[in-house]
Amino acid sequence: MKQKKLLIGMMAIAVALGAYFLERSGTTGSRRSLAHGTLAPDFSLSQLSGEQLQLSTYRGKVVLLDFWATWCDPCREVIPRFVDLQNKYRSQGLQIIGVSMDDEPEPVRAFYQRFHMNYPVVMGTAKVGELYGGILGLPIAFLLQRDGRVYAKHVGATDSLVFENEIINLLRN
Amino acid sequence: MKRNFQDGHVRCAGGMIFLALTLPALAQQAGLIPTSRLINPGELVKVLQSSKLEKPLLIQIGSHVLYSQAHIPGSQYVGPSASEAGIEQLRQRIQSLPRGKFIVIYCGCCPWSHCPNVKPADDAMHAMGFTNVKVLYIANNFGADWVDKGYPVAKGD
Repeated sequence: MKQKKLLIGMMAIAVALGAYFLERSGTTGSRRSLAHGTLAPDFSLSQLSGEQLQLSTYRGKVVLLDFWATWCDPCREVIPRFVDLQNKYRSQGLQIIGVSMDDEPEPVRAFYQRFHMNYPVVMGTAKVGELYGGILGLPIAFLLQRDGRVYAKHVGATDSLVFENEIINLLRN
Repeated sequence: MKRNFQDGHVRCAGGMIFLALTLPALAQQAGLIPTSRLINPGELVKVLQSSKLEKPLLIQIGSHVLYSQAHIPGSQYVGPSASEAGIEQLRQRIQSLPRGKFIVIYCGCCPWSHCPNVKPADDAMHAMGFTNVKVLYIANNFGADWVDKGYPVAKGD
């Protein structure tokens, strides 16, 4: 009897966890989605400075990969919060990386300087978008664990406190 | 440390001021487009699949990176209409067309209320005298409201 209750309890926890991660992943349908625990696809893209950025070189850090664009209001609104988070948690191992889905780098450069962005921004491509399940709406952010695996995916405007709480959790590990 | 803290707050305040100054102008107010000028994804699919209904000219007015990943088959990319350059490209594309031509424009970059492109494009086309323009109502984004619904998709340029 006791074992049966324990089993039911464990199943309930498993269902709750499954529902939680499904909700956090935020996508359904025919597109390939990056599930929790999947190794984030590696890429090498040009930074605004012209240097290449390779995602896998940040292994060991908690990475917030933010797909955004200068013309996207919800994306713009959260940038000052990301700047704050980068300042606050840099020494503990947080690295934010912006992936701009703008067509041209000029507005991104202007935005970068105007908002004093303190983390690298690369120019995204359709290929990288597809690697990440299709970036067909902005903003979309992936939070990666220190081992490079996807911890969470956030689609649409997300409260920066949600990011901060998840970052704190990951930085502890 | 204190300096960093202060810098952060000055930057934050500067950012908020910039946003406060610019967002009202950038608020493209897609919600102000009359519902009579909107078409839902499901309705558009029916039109595209019908052998009897007139087929529209489909124009994507969002980012090219998004277009390359997925777009409605047969639709043409003209560039984001939030910029003057994008509007000019749109004007050039439709300038020679009959003003009664059935045209559907769409973006899907962002949630409807945040889309910076559809309202300027709709305004420009009506200012040019086009009378049969519909704007595809994409509530969340093109991925969620078109691709994930299983509607037809093409990739590439």
